[in-house]
Amino acid sequence: MTVGMRTTTDIGADELHDLAASLFDTGHRLAAVVGHDDGEFLRVVYVFTSGPPDLRRELVVRLGAESAVVPTLSDLSFSASRFERELHDNFGIIPLGHPFLRPLVRHQHWPEHWYPLRNNAGTMPAERVDAAPYPFIEVQGSGVYEIPVGPVHAGLIEPGHFRFSVVGETILKMTARLWYVHRGIERMFQGADIDRGLEIAERISGDTAVGHTLAYCMAVEEALGLEVSDEAWALRSMLLELERMYNHVGDVGALCNDVSFGVANARALSIREQLLRLNDEVTGHRLLRGSIRVGATSVRTLPTGSELAQVGEAFDALVALARSNTVVVDRFEGTAVLAAADAAAIGTVGVVGRASGLAIDARASHPFYETSRGFVPAVQSGGDVMARFDQRVDEFHASLEIVRRLNDLATGLSAGSASSVDAPRSGLGIAEGWRGTIVHRVELDASGRISRARTVDPSFLNWPALSVALSDTIVPDFPLANKSFNLSYAGNDL
Amino acid sequence: MIAIVPSAAYSTLATLVQIVLVVLLGPLLIGFMAKVRARAEGRVGAPINQPLRDLRKLLSKERLHARHASVVLPFAPMVILAATSVAVAISPLVTTHPLLGSSADILVIVYLLLTGSVAAALAGLDAGTAFGGMGASRAMTIGALAEPALLVAVIALSIQSGTSNLPSMISTTLTHPNWVSGPSRLLALVALVIVVIAETGRLPVDNPSTHLELTMIHEAMILEYAGPELALVTLGASMRLGLLFSLIANLFFPWGIATSGSILGLLLGVAALVAKTALVAFGVSLIEIRSAKLRLFRLPELLAGGFVLSVLAVITGLVTR
Repeated sequence: MTVGMRTTTDIGADELHDLAASLFDTGHRLAAVVGHDDGEFLRVVYVFTSGPPDLRRELVVRLGAESAVVPTLSDLSFSASRFERELHDNFGIIPLGHPFLRPLVRHQHWPEHWYPLRNNAGTMPAERVDAAPYPFIEVQGSGVYEIPVGPVHAGLIEPGHFRFSVVGETILKMTARLWYVHRGIERMFQGADIDRGLEIAERISGDTAVGHTLAYCMAVEEALGLEVSDEAWALRSMLLELERMYNHVGDVGALCNDVSFGVANARALSIREQLLRLNDEVTGHRLLRGSIRVGATSVRTLPTGSELAQVGEAFDALVALARSNTVVVDRFEGTAVLAAADAAAIGTVGVVGRASGLAIDARASHPFYETSRGFVPAVQSGGDVMARFDQRVDEFHASLEIVRRLNDLATGLSAGSASSVDAPRSGLGIAEGWRGTIVHRVELDASGRISRARTVDPSFLNWPALSVALSDTIVPDFPLANKSFNLSYAGNDL
Repeated sequence: MIAIVPSAAYSTLATLVQIVLVVLLGPLLIGFMAKVRARAEGRVGAPINQPLRDLRKLLSKERLHARHASVVLPFAPMVILAATSVAVAISPLVTTHPLLGSSADILVIVYLLLTGSVAAALAGLDAGTAFGGMGASRAMTIGALAEPALLVAVIALSIQSGTSNLPSMISTTLTHPNWVSGPSRLLALVALVIVVIAETGRLPVDNPSTHLELTMIHEAMILEYAGPELALVTLGASMRLGLLFSLIANLFFPWGIATSGSILGLLLGVAALVAKTALVAFGVSLIEIRSAKLRLFRLPELLAGGFVLSVLAVITGLVTR
């Protein structure tokens, strides 16, 4: 079975803005902007997607290495403005007319005019010691003060710096300065063979091993022209939902823990542990690594109906416990509201988008498995912490249902692929990881090694939404709001 | 009733026993509450004496101060500990005849504890960090809201006894057991429990075990402390909890407290206090386990509720006198 058709068009830089505008008008979203250094020129691929029906349009702009300038799309799409800042930091490509071209990936100590994804970047030069601090926007007014938090936190969480401008306890503005976990993953991909690439993809964000691996494999399979069998797609679909389940249970518990309802968290952790052990039985790895490979998928065993039923019952009891506590409900309701209009304008995806009413889900828009066609994602309307809690609960139930159904349909524990003739040498993989839509774009060179791989984690698109949702939220509610988004720092930074 | 006034030597001994007891009892009660919570969550949990072990560990560490801190930061732990110790010394915990018992007016106790709170808040502000100031501001807000409820509850308790001297209040309660179940006492009890939960930083007001800096109240104030000084501040907070739980226990169920000058009575008093405070701690644990942390802006409602209850306690006390 093939995934959606991809069309790639070479265009001139001057046509970009108009073509992009017409794609946005026809319901496309900008899924990725991928820079390439082809030696004598730079190439930027703008990936637009929409669905259903599954549509993938790529616009390719070539630029001279010396005059690396593209027209900005930031007036059309907020996500585009973020992609362009990333492109500027990594390639030195200037989006002409960008209103806010501040460093995004680039930290202050990176040398000036050093672009790490250019071919001539070499090893990183010495860090700057004289770098000015990041120019946070200072909120003026009487009684306004700043609270800097992080990047090192008291708990065992990923690093990120948050700068709050506060009056009393009310947040006026929050700026998240992330990118403290830059590992140079895109560089690591370059020159790797596809098996090595798989190992890297599995480790981009530890809690999203399946999501990233699947998107990577889809991209490589498209590039190699591999036809993956239906059985393999069924197993992949099941693994994707298993990953969603253990993460959503963890989040439901963590949300309760952040309002100090420890008993519910303890129960959630026990359910999560049951699921991790189930993962271990099924794949031989608690975090589901090692099952999905390019062109094939295999598991050791399938989860039994009684195991799934037991987890389902325990989860329902947990949710009932949380919802019956009036203090918990009071803390969740009306906290950190992300309005549907804001969510759409920012281009949020995944759980966060759906909790604000955006029915955006790659399982519906870019389905890869026959029985999952016609999938209708759950959505909420509130956009507050409660809605994000409810969204996870609904998605857990849906995932459990999908795993049960696939279990009944499964015909084998291992499935492979057949190779077809024409291989485009580049591929696009889109998968709905548990946080949201993951996009991988891979290009292979003549020897079959990866010449360029670009990953877009949903967190990259969703982080700005957190700041927007925080206006009029009080400082002590920030950890709860942040947890309800539960975005990845590692997936965001590469 | 013939009042037997024990010797000054006895009172001195009793007072020393009280201080040593509360130094041990406070941390142990906190360890006990953590244990109850752990069991409710299906965990084994740390041993009950873990807080004492933590104190020993902290005391053996080097002293470190924030770069911009003034003399307030190292000085505050001593003020906190001294004020709490005096309050412990003069309160009727294991005996109704502590040294300086005649000065143990309940208002004195309240303001001795407040002295400690103010010292902690000043220390929070001292290092000039955002968290310290945030914690101090929150702690003072809660303190300001809790204080009226506390004072009015105290008035309700003193109506029946006709005195605000703590040892006398407890002695007279011993001779009038029916007071304890009176509506005024019960209303005041609920009000006092709310205030004590707020003052000791327990759920649903504050979560002592959180690692989320932005939600902290007491923990945010003391973030700049390390080593021996952190041990003193923590010990002060634990003793305060031990003292407040003991006062609740003795004001509402005074039996077991030593009234005569006998050593056996003193030992019985110690045993009774340990048992009673353990029961109070267990009760507070149950409240904690079943509740979650209130939104910061809901706390005034909770404490206003405590205030209303104590006003009702005063009115009922006056009507039923």
